[in-house]
Amino acid sequence: MVVAETQVYMPQAPRTRQRLLEDERWLAFVLLVPTMVLLGMFIAYPFVRGILLSVTNSRVGVPGDFVGLANYYKIWNDGIFHTSVYNTFLYTGVTTVFKLALGLWLALLLNRNFRGKAFTRAFILLPFIIPTVLSTFAWKWMFDPTFSVLNWLFYHLNLISGRINWLGDPDLAMISIIVVNVWRGVPFFAISLLAGLQTISPELNEAAAIDGAKPRQRFWYITWPLLLPVTMVVVLFSIIQTFADFQIVYVMTGGGPANATHLFATYAYQIGVGTGLLSEGAAISLAMFPILFLVVIVQLLYIRRVEVR
Amino acid sequence: MIEGAIWRKWAFFYLPMALFLLFLLFPFYWMVITSVRPDGELYRPWNSVNYNPFWTWNPTWDHVRYLFEETLFAAWLWNTMFIALVSTAISLVCGVFAGYALSRLNFPFAGSLGTGIFITYLVPQTLLFIPLAEIIRNYRLGDTPWSLILTYPTFLIPFCTWLMMGYFKAVPKELEECARIDGASRWQAMLYIVIPVAIPGILSAGIFAFTLSWNEFIYALVFLSSPEQKTVPVGVTSELIRGDVFFWGPLMAGALLGSIPVAIAYSFFVEHYVAGLTGSVKG
Repeated sequence: MVVAETQVYMPQAPRTRQRLLEDERWLAFVLLVPTMVLLGMFIAYPFVRGILLSVTNSRVGVPGDFVGLANYYKIWNDGIFHTSVYNTFLYTGVTTVFKLALGLWLALLLNRNFRGKAFTRAFILLPFIIPTVLSTFAWKWMFDPTFSVLNWLFYHLNLISGRINWLGDPDLAMISIIVVNVWRGVPFFAISLLAGLQTISPELNEAAAIDGAKPRQRFWYITWPLLLPVTMVVVLFSIIQTFADFQIVYVMTGGGPANATHLFATYAYQIGVGTGLLSEGAAISLAMFPILFLVVIVQLLYIRRVEVR
Repeated sequence: MIEGAIWRKWAFFYLPMALFLLFLLFPFYWMVITSVRPDGELYRPWNSVNYNPFWTWNPTWDHVRYLFEETLFAAWLWNTMFIALVSTAISLVCGVFAGYALSRLNFPFAGSLGTGIFITYLVPQTLLFIPLAEIIRNYRLGDTPWSLILTYPTFLIPFCTWLMMGYFKAVPKELEECARIDGASRWQAMLYIVIPVAIPGILSAGIFAFTLSWNEFIYALVFLSSPEQKTVPVGVTSELIRGDVFFWGPLMAGALLGSIPVAIAYSFFVEHYVAGLTGSVKG
């Protein structure tokens, strides 16, 4: 504070630097330099390096030579890669639908006035803030083939007679992974959509109610259209995160059984880090890029349109 | 509230709400109960008779003790805390500066720079981890906390910038102009007038960045190799599983204790966290 005050009363002290910072362009430059350096070094540069890496045959410790599109050609004909692509789309599609439906339902419940509302809202966000890997271990334990509490529960509800090997069967494993992702994502959808709901004036709903609109009509003709901009942004954001997801599959199945539940990211990890085929792993990761890019473009255009309006 | 008969209130509000809470919170209950349950009870097949999996009469601290005496859990906790705090601090400084520049200063390419930062915000870590691992190795940062302290800001800064832009836009121009008429330089007006007004935004960005870096997994998994350097998520994953054998008791105790620092930080700043979360998507 002492320094600050002396500067206020003696603005002439460090002349040139001061004058430079008075210029908007120079100030902006100075303020943006740290960000640009970090993002350049650890996002732009790795991106270029990744593309260069993916056209070589480099392995861990071996620089490798230029091989053109051989890596891309190889994964194009790779059965496990096909499964990963299929899984990624399935995983993203199914979880997004469920997260949106359940998240919206929960948001509508939370938008009412009830006792303990703030408390409930705080607790509901827990699955989203607790480190995903750690909470996924709790799910893995719940899905354990021999000690599964879910099997115990279903057995005692007389729903099943034998054990269900949740993570040992390809389809059940995929379902289990989807359940965990939905569990983790619902709070994010619910809280974001709740924020959107709270900006909708209750008078609109009251007026419609006076005019005789049923709750369902009020939802479809008032709440839903007004909530759509927030919904779009949340959905697009979630699609990107889910499409590139790694943690849940890595912990739950590690891509198994028999490579049946790999996503882009887990397969890239297995090839690039597990077996050390760096260039092929980089190619698998980068194969996500066109789709992610498309979603980002849609999101940018959408945000522009909303801002212009 | 729902109009009409009392049963409707139960059917359309209390019941679904209770089911949601059960679904969302049960795994945490399961974590707690597992981490205090003796091994003898833990590994009892799900269909054995007279077995109540939801409660234990013989709680034990064995798993927690194992965690601190037989593993490097304390070191992992410290590493995670240190990395999260430093990378959050770096990201906040960068994000506040960049957010101020992008929202309140006129300069060429401001628009495209803002878009560029927004795009990096959407770059997932899994896209770049392989080339990044090489770069980290070349910079000789591999297996040090600095490999994470320097890379975490790549996903934290864009988020902080984006959030701070929203807060800075809401500060009236006149406030800054008054200070400038009174003789403050641009730098001083920013530091002593505009930034203090945006402190709620800084808190939101900070708490959100802290939870994000505590949660990060793939960079930590790939960049760190020696057990004493690991963060909690990576340490728990790699050191409490031997081949196919899972040490479920210590694993759940580790998951629980590893979550507590974030949960505490979150509980102090729930409102700020929610503001950050909703601000991060709306922009």
